[in-house]
Amino acid sequence: MMKEIRIHGRGGQGSVTMASILAISFFDDGNYCQAFPSFGSERTGAPVQAFARFSDKPIRTRHQIYEPDFVIVQDITLLKSVPVYKGIKDGGKILINSEAPVKDVINELGGIKEDAVVMFPALKIAMKILNKPIVNTTLLGAFSALSGVVSIDSVKKEIENRFGSKLGKLNAEAAQTAYNYIKGDKSGF
Amino acid sequence: MKQVLEGSMAIADGVRMAEPHVISAYPITPQTHIVEHLSQMVADGDLKAEFIMVESEHSAASVVLGASACGVRTYTATAAQGLLYMEEVIYNIAGMRLPVVMTLANRAISAPINIWNDMQDAMAIRDTGAIMLVAENNQEAYDMHIQAFKIAENRDVMLPVIVNVDGFVLTHTFEVVETIDSIDKVREYLPPINMEYKLDVENPYSFGTLGEPSVYMESRYNMYNAMKYSSKTIIDAAKDFKNMFGRFYGGLTDTYKMDDAQTVIVAMGSVLGTIKDVVDELRDSGKKIGVLKIRAFRPFPEEEIVNALKNAKNVIVIEKAICPGKGGILSVEIRDSLFKHKINTVNVNGYTIGLGGRDITPKNIKDLVERAEKEENVDGEFIGLAQQYL
Repeated sequence: MMKEIRIHGRGGQGSVTMASILAISFFDDGNYCQAFPSFGSERTGAPVQAFARFSDKPIRTRHQIYEPDFVIVQDITLLKSVPVYKGIKDGGKILINSEAPVKDVINELGGIKEDAVVMFPALKIAMKILNKPIVNTTLLGAFSALSGVVSIDSVKKEIENRFGSKLGKLNAEAAQTAYNYIKGDKSGF
Repeated sequence: MKQVLEGSMAIADGVRMAEPHVISAYPITPQTHIVEHLSQMVADGDLKAEFIMVESEHSAASVVLGASACGVRTYTATAAQGLLYMEEVIYNIAGMRLPVVMTLANRAISAPINIWNDMQDAMAIRDTGAIMLVAENNQEAYDMHIQAFKIAENRDVMLPVIVNVDGFVLTHTFEVVETIDSIDKVREYLPPINMEYKLDVENPYSFGTLGEPSVYMESRYNMYNAMKYSSKTIIDAAKDFKNMFGRFYGGLTDTYKMDDAQTVIVAMGSVLGTIKDVVDELRDSGKKIGVLKIRAFRPFPEEEIVNALKNAKNVIVIEKAICPGKGGILSVEIRDSLFKHKINTVNVNGYTIGLGGRDITPKNIKDLVERAEKEENVDGEFIGLAQQYL
């Protein structure tokens, strides 16, 4: 069974890094995986997409993801210019970095059901723990909790591996805090 | 060891396992990550090679030409415009019978400027005398680079080998790749380079000197013959690799679900993955359809293609490059192969698709299958054009 994730961000926010960390985490959990960018011309600030797939079987297909099981949005301002909700499967979820309530953005989400949308204060958590407006690792922790398709341990392991001891530990903490937050434990927040 | 690698890293690691002595390259998207990784490996001491920085692709190709003529193992990589700038040198490398291995991260040719994937660059150098292999996924790309050195350095071949990998679609994709743990096993598969003719002050030879009308044709004939002969070497290299490392992707071609297939999709490179998934789906719904993968574009595997296609009714050729003023490129060569073998019962349709990074979707493939059964001799018609730009 294959699941597909589409990540929307802006150039410089680490969407491609996020997709590749996801892929490696899927692999550590015992799956086959694939991650790739939407091949933009990589301008800072321009809307970008990155994709990740995982499956219990080897993945052959290479096309971009048009019918995702999950969508992750790093920057809420994208909602005004990019149809981030497009093609999302029935029962799929969309995770948005924002402190706003769902009702504030639901009109910009092409008529998807309110319970498919998860608004999550990734920026606030990232600023508190990392002191930087980089939300990709925080969103990964939230995604792990929300989706249940990737273990938080694998995500943290790859984050630490990727960013080295000091930055890695901080980013893993951000991911864990986000994970706990979605699971209802807001103590570290 | 199975691990998740970016395609470029997998390719760089495959090259590292082949232990080239001299690497020279000039960065160009989407090849850049490959040579960055190799440069890092050399800097870290993980690969004992000389990495020679140059100011252009023409120089990169010239450096590996010169180094190869001295009898050492050499590697370079490029894409698109960089390849065109190298082209003069590639003719020379082939003409001097030097076993340089090169990665071509396939990319569209300007104008308009486009950094994304198609195979127009590869088609521009098909007559240089370089052997051209095409990888379907990053595992094959890794393995193919090791095989490439073995093919190039075969005494009866002695030609450059270009490994084509789809830019971005493979080079920038993270997926599971099983790397080889034992360098000793690779050394056993790929023995040290041993060139019979090389630049050597003790035993002097000249390379690439004037070939007068009295010898030029013979020189070209010998190269032409070596290219023909290399078919056997490519198949042997794939089989030997299978025996030693357990992985096999076909020799010059590979077939997928071809038993009783009435419709066959012919393609090269990464699009084969998407095609195979579609073919599984169509097979499940009862359609007699299969896939022919072209793994070696040069030498062109005429016999294998004819054998695979002779009983088919409709053939769909995926064209990721165009020949303005004619049409498709791959489909022309396939029709010619069938014609020479007096087979006139196969309807070959070539469709131009996926130029300049345009995504090729399962629906695109299904539409082509439907169309091909209703059309005849389509010669590279463009698929999926946006009317407002025409």
